[in-house]
Amino acid sequence: MTVHAVPRGRHVKGPSAFGSDRKRFWHLTFTLAITDFKLRFFGSVLGYLWQLMRPLLLFSVLYVVFTEFVRLGNGVAHYPVVLLTSIVLFTFFVEATAGAVTSVLDRENLVRKIEFPRLVIPLTVVVNAYLNLALNFLAVLVFMLASGVEPRLSWIQLPFLIAILGVFATGIAMLLSALYVRFRDVKPIWEVLSQMIFYASPVLYPIETIPNEKVQHLLMCNPLAAILEQVRHAVIDPGAPSAAEAIGGAERLLIPGGLIVGLFVLGLWVFNREAPRIAEEL
Amino acid sequence: MTAPAIVVEGLTKSFRRPHEQMHTLKERALHPFRRTTFDELAAVRDVSFEVERGEFFGIIGRNGSGKSTLLKLMAGIYAADRGDIYMDGRVSTFIELGVGFNPDLAARDNVIINGVMLGLTPREALERYDHVMAFAELEQFADLKLKNYSSGMQVRLAFAVMIQVDADILIVDEVLAVGDVAFQQKCFDVFNRLRDDGKTILFVTHDMAAVQRFCHRAMLLERGEQRLIGDPERVAAEYIEINFGRDRTAGGPTETGDEDAPERYGDGVAEILEAWFSDEDGERADTLRQGAPCGVHARIRFHEAVEHPAIAVLLENDQHHPLFATSSEWIEERTGSFAAGEEVSFSVAFENWLAPGRLFASPWVVYRGGRDLMDRRPRMSSVVVTGTRTSGALVDLPHDITIEHGERRMAGRAHG
Repeated sequence: MTVHAVPRGRHVKGPSAFGSDRKRFWHLTFTLAITDFKLRFFGSVLGYLWQLMRPLLLFSVLYVVFTEFVRLGNGVAHYPVVLLTSIVLFTFFVEATAGAVTSVLDRENLVRKIEFPRLVIPLTVVVNAYLNLALNFLAVLVFMLASGVEPRLSWIQLPFLIAILGVFATGIAMLLSALYVRFRDVKPIWEVLSQMIFYASPVLYPIETIPNEKVQHLLMCNPLAAILEQVRHAVIDPGAPSAAEAIGGAERLLIPGGLIVGLFVLGLWVFNREAPRIAEEL
Repeated sequence: MTAPAIVVEGLTKSFRRPHEQMHTLKERALHPFRRTTFDELAAVRDVSFEVERGEFFGIIGRNGSGKSTLLKLMAGIYAADRGDIYMDGRVSTFIELGVGFNPDLAARDNVIINGVMLGLTPREALERYDHVMAFAELEQFADLKLKNYSSGMQVRLAFAVMIQVDADILIVDEVLAVGDVAFQQKCFDVFNRLRDDGKTILFVTHDMAAVQRFCHRAMLLERGEQRLIGDPERVAAEYIEINFGRDRTAGGPTETGDEDAPERYGDGVAEILEAWFSDEDGERADTLRQGAPCGVHARIRFHEAVEHPAIAVLLENDQHHPLFATSSEWIEERTGSFAAGEEVSFSVAFENWLAPGRLFASPWVVYRGGRDLMDRRPRMSSVVVTGTRTSGALVDLPHDITIEHGERRMAGRAHG
């Protein structure tokens, strides 16, 4: 940069992921997330109930199937609680990621009409998913206590685990929302992939029921599996294997951990790279 | 020494338009070797200007001249290919009113959302809520969902939020085209007040009247390039000229080579070879400035010897309204004798007080005293009269206006 004889104002750098004003970035994220959240509740008569019904309905179906017909849950301590908790956490993950896919396109009017920090958009989806998770978790908590799960000190892990889950979801949300602007296939691909992740995670089946230890270790490399298993161990059933035990050694947790960090960095990098041109490519 | 509010240097932006948009992986997979080809569309080319603090700066240009792209570059919506933009102070962009308005929410929520979008904190937005509603005159509708507002009410609300944002630099697109006349006036009153408060306003429009009324300076954009920066009057005049100038090349009536055989009357004893308009310098012109001296001319060849013919010309507008006609016989009936093969030139000089718009000249040559035609060429030549305002009438005569009311007296002269 050359030295200017005449003083100048702030250099306008054009659109970016973060924008030029960090405070505004967070105000926008939370205002938009809260607005979306409000709209969901005020939009329909039953509001909150619907939000709760979705995981509960899925839970009831799966519960009946896997305790009455398939009997997968037999002999597993607090199977219904594990099932419901996992479903609620998985719902968060899907809401945050699948919701983010089309988000940039859905907010087209903002991106094209004002100087708008692009990253706010997928983040709004994640924050909104967190708000839903908070509500759902109230129901989970009630159910947990009613089922005889005792509060323990290890519950303190829960916020951290949920935060890690959020980092994982945010990484994917950034990646998908940026890619979707160019490739519309991202949406169906992610729909299939997230189904696969569902079955590859110990939601329906407890991880220890997998006969082959190698497969068990492999499945636990999935970051979602590791998080769900650790939640089960720390919050619901101390007798259940921890994530470290299920993967076959604490050092192996570096694999899901690395995946989380790697996807987050990749997502941020891709989004940051695409951000300046998003308005033109929509 | 303070910095100018806005400095733009060598700003260039082009868009790549793929010939075939490839949106899916399948398409890419099926044609792996097909490179997507692009058209480079230069929307803004090497534009540089400075806007001083407290200045009301207009940018005018026709559709597709790049003014919206320039605006979006300055607003930080598009990234520039080359060049720099510097802004000194808090910037607010109003490309569209009510960005982020949600029809399912009440005014209160929308005011806050919109305020945050424009750079307020939620707390600030809430503090200004009452002012907003008062300015928009919507206090009694505060709890109504926005979808139940009329479009006029929505615009009022949006504008009210916008002016509560205390930005130092306002970048305004043609948001004012919406709303009724009274509201537009209110908007401009606010802009004037902001301007007096030392805010810098960058105003993009194709409404020249607005530019002339409010702007200190203006810039004319044409096909992405800056044509002129300066006094709004001059910029507006130039704008009209390029507007009509292009019109002509785009296929208005031309002097020669019309596809339709030119209408022609008369026995052919005389032939009108050409007709043209001239400007105040006597040069042939496509455009004439209103209020300036000008002329209309014709060149005629006689094929036979003729005694005292009369040469006349009629000026019409594009609606075929006759505006002005004159004939040599009204001045001197005896124009003399002309030999076969002789060429004469015919000129009418007049001061141009005709309304802005296209003007056609129809020359004709007749025998003395009679209505028998030797030649007549309807609408043989045309020219565009440029002016900075349109009254809607056929002529704009120079005039004085006086209003006397008790002790007070207001007087003014139009057309200097």
